[in-house]
This record gives sequence, C-alpha cells and structure tokens, in this order.
Amino acid sequence: MNAPDTDSTAALAAAIAAADRAAIAQALNLLDDRRPVAREQAAALLGLLQRDQDRAGGHLIGITGPPGAGKSTLSAALIRVWRRRGLRVAVLAVDPSSPLSGGALLGDRLRMQTSAEDDGVFVRSLSNRGQFGGLSAEVWPMSVVMLAGFDIVLIETVGVGQREVDVSRLCDTTCYVAQPGSGDSVQFLKAGILEVPHILVVNKADMGAVATRTLSELSSALKRTHPDGDWQVPVLATSAASDDGVEALADALEQHYQLLLSQQRLSQRRRHYQSYWLHKRLLEEFGSFGIERLGGEQQLLAQIESQPMNLYHQYQTLRQRLYTAFHDINS
Amino acid sequence: MSQDTEKRDRPWLMRTYSGHSSAKASNELYRTNLSRGQTGLSVAFDLPTQTGYDSDHPLARGEVGKVGVPINHIGDMEALFDQIPLGQMNTSMTINATAPWLLALYVAVAERQGVDPAQLQGTTQNDVLKEYLSRGTYIFPPAPSVRLTTDLIAYTVQNIPKWNPTNICSYHLQEAGATPTQELAYALSTATAILDAVQASGQIPPDRFTDVVGRISFFVNAGIRFVEETCKLRAFGRMWDTLTRERYGVTDEKQRRFRYGVQVNSLGLTESQPENNVQRIVLEMLSVTLSKNARARAIQLPAWNEALGLPRPWDQQWALRMQQVLALETDLLEYGDLLDGSPVVEAKVQALIDGAHEEMARVEAHGGMVACIDNGYVKRELVQSHTRRMRSIESGDLKIVGVNCYQESAESPLTAGEESGIMRVDERAERDQIASLQAFRDTRDNSQVQQALQALRDAASDGSNIMPPSIQCARVGVTTGEWSEVLREVFGEYRAPTGIDISPVEGSDSDALEGVRNRVRRTGEELGRPLRLLIGKPGLDGHSNGAEQIAVKGRDAGFEIVYEGIRLTPAQIARAAQEEGVHLIGLSVLSGSHLELVEDINRELDRIGATGIPLVIGGIIPEEDARQLQQQGLKAVFTPKDVDMNTIMNTMVTIIREANGLEPAA
Ligand code: B12
Ligand SMILES: Nc1nc2c(ncn2[C@@H]2O[C@H](COP(=O)(O)OP(=O)(O)O)[C@@H](O)[C@H]2O)c(=O)[nH]1
Ligand SMILES: [Mg+2]
Repeated sequence: MNAPDTDSTAALAAAIAAADRAAIAQALNLLDDRRPVAREQAAALLGLLQRDQDRAGGHLIGITGPPGAGKSTLSAALIRVWRRRGLRVAVLAVDPSSPLSGGALLGDRLRMQTSAEDDGVFVRSLSNRGQFGGLSAEVWPMSVVMLAGFDIVLIETVGVGQREVDVSRLCDTTCYVAQPGSGDSVQFLKAGILEVPHILVVNKADMGAVATRTLSELSSALKRTHPDGDWQVPVLATSAASDDGVEALADALEQHYQLLLSQQRLSQRRRHYQSYWLHKRLLEEFGSFGIERLGGEQQLLAQIESQPMNLYHQYQTLRQRLYTAFHDINS
Repeated sequence: MSQDTEKRDRPWLMRTYSGHSSAKASNELYRTNLSRGQTGLSVAFDLPTQTGYDSDHPLARGEVGKVGVPINHIGDMEALFDQIPLGQMNTSMTINATAPWLLALYVAVAERQGVDPAQLQGTTQNDVLKEYLSRGTYIFPPAPSVRLTTDLIAYTVQNIPKWNPTNICSYHLQEAGATPTQELAYALSTATAILDAVQASGQIPPDRFTDVVGRISFFVNAGIRFVEETCKLRAFGRMWDTLTRERYGVTDEKQRRFRYGVQVNSLGLTESQPENNVQRIVLEMLSVTLSKNARARAIQLPAWNEALGLPRPWDQQWALRMQQVLALETDLLEYGDLLDGSPVVEAKVQALIDGAHEEMARVEAHGGMVACIDNGYVKRELVQSHTRRMRSIESGDLKIVGVNCYQESAESPLTAGEESGIMRVDERAERDQIASLQAFRDTRDNSQVQQALQALRDAASDGSNIMPPSIQCARVGVTTGEWSEVLREVFGEYRAPTGIDISPVEGSDSDALEGVRNRVRRTGEELGRPLRLLIGKPGLDGHSNGAEQIAVKGRDAGFEIVYEGIRLTPAQIARAAQEEGVHLIGLSVLSGSHLELVEDINRELDRIGATGIPLVIGGIIPEEDARQLQQQGLKAVFTPKDVDMNTIMNTMVTIIREANGLEPAA
C-alpha cells in the first residue's frame, strides 16, 4: 500500500481552510474516491482538518422532505438570505440514482442556480448510489470538508419515512419540508414514523387554503417539544417562489444553532453523531467482517465515543488496524 | 390540358423566414424579395433580441446578427423597414418573450412613417408557453409571461384590429419530439390557457370576447408520415371548432375557423445524403395542402441543407420553387376536398381526436398548461417521446434512408463547393452593430428615457397594460436591453425544467448498451468513483434536444449526469464542472457560436484552476470549424451524422480513460 503524500495533503488542508474553491473541489473528489490509496489520503486529510470545528465552526443543516415539496427551491431562497447576511454557504444535494444502470441525473443544482461570480456559494451534487432512503457514507466526510471552508453547510436529501434517519444523524439542525395538501407527512408524524425535525416547514404557502390546512394539521399532530429537550419545534409557512417566510426560517435555524452553542451541546451532538457515521463508513469500507474484527458494533461505538476528541485520528488508526489484520490473514 | 383558371383556388401565402447581420442588410434582402413579388415579410430576429439583450451585452457575444436580425432600438427598426410602407405590408414577426417590445417598436416606426397604427397588419408569434417546452427564448417565470402575452392580445384587439396577436405553435413541439396526438393536445391546451387568461384579465368587454377567439391563429408542423399529418390537420380543425363553440360560445363560424400557417418538419432532415431532404420536404408540404378543408394559409419550407447550417439565398429559392411547382403546375388547386368521406381518413382523425382529448385531460389533472410548465409534466412527456424516437432510429425500427439504411452513396456535388454549401454570416456584423448601438445611446435625451422606463416599471408592477408605456419607451429611444432589464427586475428570471428526469423508455436495453454500461462501471471503479459527465449549453442557444438525449442516454449508460438546462454562461459551466468534480465536459451548441463559446469556456476553466478536464462538443459544427476546435484541444466533435448514441457514449469513455492515464481501448 502506498503511503499518501503528506506534504501535498497538508497543503490541501491549508488551502481548504483558506476556502480555496479548487482545493475544496479536489478534496471532495478525493473523499468520493473509493480506491484504498485515496481512502488513506482522505483519512489523513480529515485528521488534519480536525481543528475546533465541532465547537466554533459552521452550522450543519439538513433539509429533508418528500420529492417536489420545494426543498431545492427553498434552499436557493435561503442561500439568498444568508448571502445578504454575509454568510458563506455550501450545499450537498443528494439525488436518487437509477438503480438499474447506476447512472443518475443530478437535478437539484438547476433549482439552486447561483451567480457564477459569487465565491461565497458552492454546490456539490451527490447520487445516493443505491443507498435508498439513506445517505451514502461519503456525505459525512464531505460535510466535514465543507464546514472547514463555509459558515453554513446545507444537506438536501429526499426523506419521507423511517429509513431516512441518516440526515438527522448528521446535522446540527434538521428541517422537514412538507408538501401542502399531501396527508403523508401528517400521517407519518402521527404514527411516529417521521423522525421529529427541529423545524417543520410547510412550503408553497402561496397555494393558499391547502397550505393553511396542512399547516394547521401538522401543528396539531406535532408534540411541540423536541425530544432533544428545550426546543419548541416551530411550524413555519414559506413560499420559496415569492421569498415569503424565508427570512423567518433563516432566523429559526439560527436560533436553534445558538441554542446548541449556548448549551455547549453542539460538540456533544456532533461527536455522538460522528461515531455513528464513523461506524457506517467503516462498515461500508470493510463490511461486517471488518466491524467484527474491531470487536463488534457495540464495542466499537463505545470505544469511539470514549475518545471523542480524536475522531479522524481514530478513523485512521482503525483502518490501519484492519489493513494489518487483513494483511496478516492473507500472508 | 384542362386548366380552368376560373375554378382554381387561390394558393396559400408563400413565405421565406429571413433576417441576418444587420437591419440594413436585412432591409436590402426584404426589398429584393418584395420587388420579386413576395407579398409578406417574415422576420427572423437574432437570439439577443429574442432574449432581451442589447448587442453589447456579454451574453450576446458571438450571437449578434447570426440567426436573425439584431434590433436594439427604434433606429434599427426604422432601418429594417426603410422604404417599406408599413401601411401596406403584412409582417410576421417570430418574437415571443420580447413580443410587446418589438410590436411597440413597429408601432413607433409606423408613427414616424405617418401611418395610423390602427391600419397595421401582421403577426407576432407571442406564444411563450412553447418557449419553455421547446424553443427556449423565454425570460420571465410563466405567470408574468402569460400576463405580457395577454396584454399584447388585449391591446391589439382594441387598437390594431387586423393584427394577429398570437400564433399558437405546435410546430416547435414536434421539433422537440411530440407525437401528432401531443401536438394537438398541447397546442389546444395552450390556446385555452391563453384565452382563459385574457378573459380573466378583464381587459376585454364580454361582448367583444369572440373577437379575441377569432384572432387566434396557429403555427403547425407537418412530418414525413404525411397521411397521418393530413389527418392531424383535419383533427385540429374539428377540435378547434368544437372547443370555441362549447367553451367560449362563439357562434360565428368564421371566428371558429382553424387558421394556420406551416413550417414543415426539420427534425427529420438529415446531414447524411442531404439531397434526400428535398423529397422529404415535398411530401411534407403535401400533407398540409392535400385536403382543401384543412389547407394551410401560409407555408414556409426549410432548405435541403437544413442540417448543415444556415441556408444561402439559392437554397431558399429552391424551397420556394417547390411550393410554386405544387401550386402552379399541379392540378391540386382545381378540386374540392379529396379526403372527405374516406372511412380510412375518418377513422384516423377520430383516433387522433380521442387521443388528444385524453392527453388534454391529463394536462388538466396536472393543473393546466401553465402549471405544467413549472411542474415539468409536459416537458417530460416530450423528452420521453423524443427518446422513443431516438431508440427506434438506433434499433432500425424507424427507417431513415441514408442514415440507418442505404448509407452508401456516390460523392455529392452539392456539398463539394468552396463554402461547403451553407451561408456564413460576416464576422464584422457584430462589431459594427455594437459601434452603432453605442453611438445611438449618445444621441438620446436621457431624462426622457428614464421617465419612460419608470412608467414601464410602474405598469409592470401595478398590472396595467404593458403596451402603452412600451410604445412610449420605443419613441424616446429605449433599447431592447433596457426594456427587458426593467421587466427582469420586476418579474424575475426563470429557468425551466429540463424534462430529462424520465424513466428509461421501453426498448432501451440492448447488447450494445450493456457493453457501454460495463465500460462505464469498470472505468468508474478504476478511477475510484462513478463517472460524472457535465452537459453544458452555453450561450443563448435554445436547441436542447441533443443535450437532453445525451443526458438521458448517459444516465442509462451509467454516468452521473449534471445538466442545468439551456442558456448558461461560460463562467457558470466552468464553475459547475469544478464544483461537481466531473470527468468530462460535453458541450452542445447548435447556434453557430461554437468557436467563441469554446474559447470563453477554456479561458474560464483556466481562470478558476479547473484544468485537465477533457472537453467534447456536439451540434451543428461545420467540418472546417471542427478541425479548428480539435486544434484548440477539444477531444471530439459530434454532429447530426453521429446517430449511434452507443458509439458516442463509448467514445466519451475512451476519452476519459485516456485523460486519466488508463489503457484507452479497454
Ligand atoms: C429541432 C430544431 C429546432 C427546434 C429546437 C427544439 C429543441 N428544444 O431542441 C426549434 C424549432 C425550437 C428550433 C428553433 C430555432 N432554430 Co433550429 N433546428 C432544429 C433542427 C431541425 C434539428 C436539431 C435537433 O434537435 N436535432 C436532433 C438532435 C438529437 O440532434 P443534435 O442536436 O444534432 O445532436 C446529435 C449530435 O449533434 C450530437 N450532439 C449534440 N450535442 C451534443 C452534446 C454532447 C455532449 C455530445 C457528446 C453529442 C452531442 O449527438 C446527437 C445525437 O445524434 C436543426 C437542423 C437539423 N436538422 O439539424 C435546426 C437548426 C439547428 N436551427 C437553427 C436556427 C437558426 C434556429 C432559430 C435560431 C431560428 C430563429 N432565427 O429564430 C430558432 C431559435 C432557437 C433558439 N432559441 O436557439 C439553425 C442553426 C444555424 C446555424 N448553426 O448556423 C439550424 C441548423 C437550421 C438551419 N439550417 O437554419 N430549432
Ligand atoms: N407555488 C410554489 N411552487 C414552488 C414553491 N417552491 C417550489 N415550488 C415548485 O415545486 C416544484 C418542486 O420544487 P423543487 O425545489 O425541485 O422540490 P424538491 O424536490 O423538494 O427539491 C417546482 O416546480 C418548484 O417550482 C413555492 O413556494 N410555491
Ligand atoms: Mg430537490
């Protein structure tokens, strides 16, 4: 196995921290790359990027909901608000892929259409590569890189039911966008199938009565206090088409972020979630056999969480252990 | 010889769609044509004029005067109609998003010529819904666009009564892949959407509404399946008659008549053995003339070299002569309707009508034609139909002579000439136009201009009719870019759905595709991640068919596709390529501006440090330019001759492999 080029990895990390767009793009390609050499360098890069991100760094927001609810259009509207407020924004848009061919049409970008002159916005699309309802393991490290260079990182993903917990296990704040007139969201919420979001949005408020009805149905179906405690889930109406209510949504997102910061829960949250993702990523890379070699899921998660400050370093060490183990088996 | 001239029907209007370089050059062309007995004018505008940009706007680069005439202000419009008395002219303008503006300029020029605007005769295409679905020169979101359309209709019905304010187009839908049923359904759904909007606007007194219905005309296509096409035209007439009677209560039969003009199908005209296009065009013309009761009012024909590039005057003359031979030499115009009473025709007509009604119901279920623009329903249906067409050409089920059968040919003398058989627009045209625009700006009274623009802004925001302030803008020397910019500020800009998010069509799978798929997958594994392809449509070019088909095929072959639709700047394309980490950029350019656009994109890629991504291009690229592009580093140039999409996909994989140091052929 080739050792990654440490100098160039360090240079890349520095360039990312300086928000160099070409470097960020290069890092995203690297994190997407499943070849062992690339994985090695990716682990090294992630280790270098681990600064105080989990405490000070940016705000990681998940935006989910049924297809067609207006998540991408609403994201574009939010981006405009954030840019006016001087915040730099990166987006990871996760689209479904064609299961048969593995091919995918990455269509969210079209709705987000941002100015080509504005260096404060960066949009990357990702297909979910057969991980139906879930997010592929690349999303986590990619969000880490984006957090290093941007104030807000937004992850858009399709989600309607139970299996879509991934996004809420990744982000600081999760926002669910409901489609007016569709009873699904209400049903899911009542049945407890829907993971309770931090913010509930009924978009397309410009549709009038249907939207108002859905808004009130959702409000009454929802227990207002979030299971996290201390947070009253707001139910907001927006129109991404006319920008109505988008400022208020941005405010609500910011309030939740401030709450996490003030209670010093942001870092705790991220650590907790990141061990989930670390496990997920190792599982994808090495299979359940690999996880068993590391003592099984429970023990692994406990071990990761016991040294929370050193996630990426742990990632590197665990991979190293597995490679050595596999090497021993083979020789 | 029984040529009873008494009994012969009058032939349809024969038009030539033209305009290029500058107002002055186009004026000379028009006057020549008129002096040779042409009765009406059909004006082609260049893409910046159609999309609301002045000739010196960065997005206009390479497009000024190319596919039509550039009109920036009243000075240009005056030059275009110099010595052409507008009071006696019948002028058809293919103009949509900026239709109110071009009509305003036309009215202002008439005033200067001392002609009463109420006397003006002609047509503004003014059908913006099909722009989102096919033609691509939209600017604003659907709702304000429909409002502009209705403003123009309401204004002309009251002030320029002989004007045809809108020409509902099914022509462009067929060019984007529509079946005859879809053409019928979408055109009629569009017509009702527009009429409903005019009614709802309250600008027309109820007792005058049937006048509006009576002024609606259509612009239709006719493809090579000419029997079915004749039946389609009969179906159109019957459906429009019923619809206007039942939905709008029109009692006057004349106001219910389906009035239509035609341009015959160009999508099926080929680059290979282009001489075959002549017989295609003639057969297609037959379908819109054969049945007297469903005969076209006006016809314009494409030229034999349609798929090669812009036609020269001689090519256009040949197309005109086809019409003249049919109208003057044959006995077609001596008989009544030849098809009345044929049970075969009747059954086909009824089947088309039934199918169209079903599709119109589906449009209604999706919220009506205007809602269907934004929710993408109709566009997806069109892309789906076009994909089916492409698959059956690939499989050979749909035969195209010279393309997928009888490909061998003796050398053609037609394309052997020095200019390779097409017209080249003078490159100085753009520079001259920009210089004259800048000089014009200096001659205006700026306070008048600002005042007129403010009145335009007020009308746009408060909902009063857009025509009167637009005419005032025209008088005082406002430019096309300024008029459009004010409306862009008030209404916002729009990006239409691409329609490529369709499920794979039946019959997509083949051994050849499976082979490509394996290569795509394997190469992705070798490179560590799935292959990503950016399909870019730079510039003002609205031809999206090729890009859409490559996108759908690419997806089916296993690529991850990034495609954001038409009309992107080189900077947007370069940036998307970088942000998305694509392995290959594929451009699609049919407007003729490929040289300028490729240069700009290469510069942008360098500027942002996105180097090393291989680039290919497809579209209408003359051979000589293809060589030049390859010298500039492009890895491949595809043209309409490359009909085998699996081969195109394979070539792209090879290029990616090569660029990444893998064994190319593997
Ligand atoms: C269909 C068509 C239209 C349709 C477009 C519908 C749509 N949504 O695409 C309509 C009717 C709307 C239209 C309008 C106009 N058109 Co037109 N149109 C054509 C036509 C007949 C066929 C093009 C087509 O769709 N072919 C089918 C597709 C699948 O083929 P293709 O794009 O060539 O793609 C193939 C290859 O080239 C290659 N390829 C293409 N792109 C890419 C990209 C990649 C990455 C790869 C790998 C390969 C690849 O692969 C494909 C597979 O075979 C051509 C003439 C012709 N027969 O080619 C004129 C033509 C392109 N049009 C022309 C003109 C002038 C216009 C107008 C500007 C007229 C005007 N003045 O208003 C308007 C305005 C359009 C605009 N907004 O830009 C000219 C362009 C002249 C020039 N380049 O010098 C042409 C050549 C006709 C002519 N001879 O005058 N048009
Ligand atoms: N009327 C209305 N339509 C909207 C609004 N937001 C989005 N849409 C439309 O809803 C459709 C789906 O939007 P999109 O952002 O792609 O949804 P996503 O699949 O959730 O990302 C598009 O046709 C949008 O134009 C809104 O606020 N009002
Ligand atoms: Mg989306």
